[in-house]
Amino acid sequence: MTARLNVVALSDVESALASLAVRAPATLAPATLVAVGLADEYTVIASPIGPVFVAWNGRGVSAVDAAGDPRQFQQRFGRAFGRPIRPAAAIPPRLERALARRLAGDRRATLDLDLRGRTDFERAVWTKALEIPRGEVRPYGWIAAEIGRPRAVRAVGTALARNPVPLVVPCHRVVRSDGLLGQYSLGGPGNKRAILATEGLDADELEELARAGIRYVGSDTTRIYCLPSCHNARRISDRHRVPFRSAAASETAGYRACRECRPDSAARAA
Amino acid sequence: MDGPLLDDLATDLDASFERLVLGHQDRLYTIALRLLGDPREAEEVAQDAFVRAYRALASYEPIRIRELRLRPWLATIAINVCRNRARRKTVQLVSLEAPARDHPDEGGPGAVATSLADPIGGPLEATVRHDSARQWTALLASLPTLYRAPIVLRHVDGLSYEEMSGVLGRPEGTLKAQVHRGLALLRDAYRQSTDLDRQEMTA
Repeated sequence: MTARLNVVALSDVESALASLAVRAPATLAPATLVAVGLADEYTVIASPIGPVFVAWNGRGVSAVDAAGDPRQFQQRFGRAFGRPIRPAAAIPPRLERALARRLAGDRRATLDLDLRGRTDFERAVWTKALEIPRGEVRPYGWIAAEIGRPRAVRAVGTALARNPVPLVVPCHRVVRSDGLLGQYSLGGPGNKRAILATEGLDADELEELARAGIRYVGSDTTRIYCLPSCHNARRISDRHRVPFRSAAASETAGYRACRECRPDSAARAA
Repeated sequence: MDGPLLDDLATDLDASFERLVLGHQDRLYTIALRLLGDPREAEEVAQDAFVRAYRALASYEPIRIRELRLRPWLATIAINVCRNRARRKTVQLVSLEAPARDHPDEGGPGAVATSLADPIGGPLEATVRHDSARQWTALLASLPTLYRAPIVLRHVDGLSYEEMSGVLGRPEGTLKAQVHRGLALLRDAYRQSTDLDRQEMTA
């Protein structure tokens, strides 16, 4: 150190300050793009059908996929969404908690979903599917009638097949109008049966009823009829259980529709 | 200079936003780091500022986007994020607000700042080391924030006084005086610290 150093002009201070500009950390830009929803991150979580890939960005969960390996998942994601995706260092704790609660059947857990670019009809179908309680199923026609489009039963099926976030939006709880399980987007109908089984629903039993032509069950004590998987229907003891082939038959017998499973919605669909 | 990027932001925000981030991330991070001092917090502020910018751009009409001046506009957002954090933590950063005496029609939190001005013999005496960048970082960090924000915007980021006036909401003349005063404080503190170093070495 020399005395010369001590003679500092304001212009020296200015140039010293100019050298205090720094580069942003390499993590800033990628994290920013995820935050605004222009890129996604993913992780693998446990599910009733084994490990599944879950992707999200700042807008919410964007994809759930049962791909075989990370490469396949990333390719599929890229094709479907056209956004860059990368494995996350860690799943955000808030998201992890909300996801766990939702998958455990807690419908009140706030879990944002990134459903950009989807039609109002698709959103309506998925939102309605979210109302179906864990361990219960509703026919496609029920959703169609409930969203005010009773003639759009096939379109409901198509919308559910396009559900980007299966398990989170429980499209596995929507079944064919004849009572059979029907297709499932997350790896086929076997998985649908397995997921419903973990929710306490015996799909075989349900399909047996359906094959026998039984669509509804009523209680001769309450004079209320339900969809067979409704939690109210499952409380009816065998002695008081009355099977019905149609909603009309139930009404004719003097039964009214359950207000929770609304079996008459299923009947209203075309 | 901003023209082509602004055109792209106006016509396809999602396709061009990454360019805006890459083009301005170093400055926003630097501004936040030099104002707040903490690298992790600076990164959060920069990200938060970009998210706000994105949302604003998504809501603006194309004509409004084309008229933006990105450098001061983004600096304003970053400064506001810094301010909000400071307010939440109620630390001394309150003085990022314009002091009341510069805006007779504004009272409010700025008034607190005046008490922090010119702390000669105060925190500026903080120990500094020979490493020049580290030394100036420490000197800048101990500068009263009333001067620090204009100094950072003018001499670290390189905004013009006219741009700074919009960013900080203070008249250009006031800013020039504050920058000059801030530079002088930094120079004096630097002299003092090197004096101390020499005394240590000859002792």
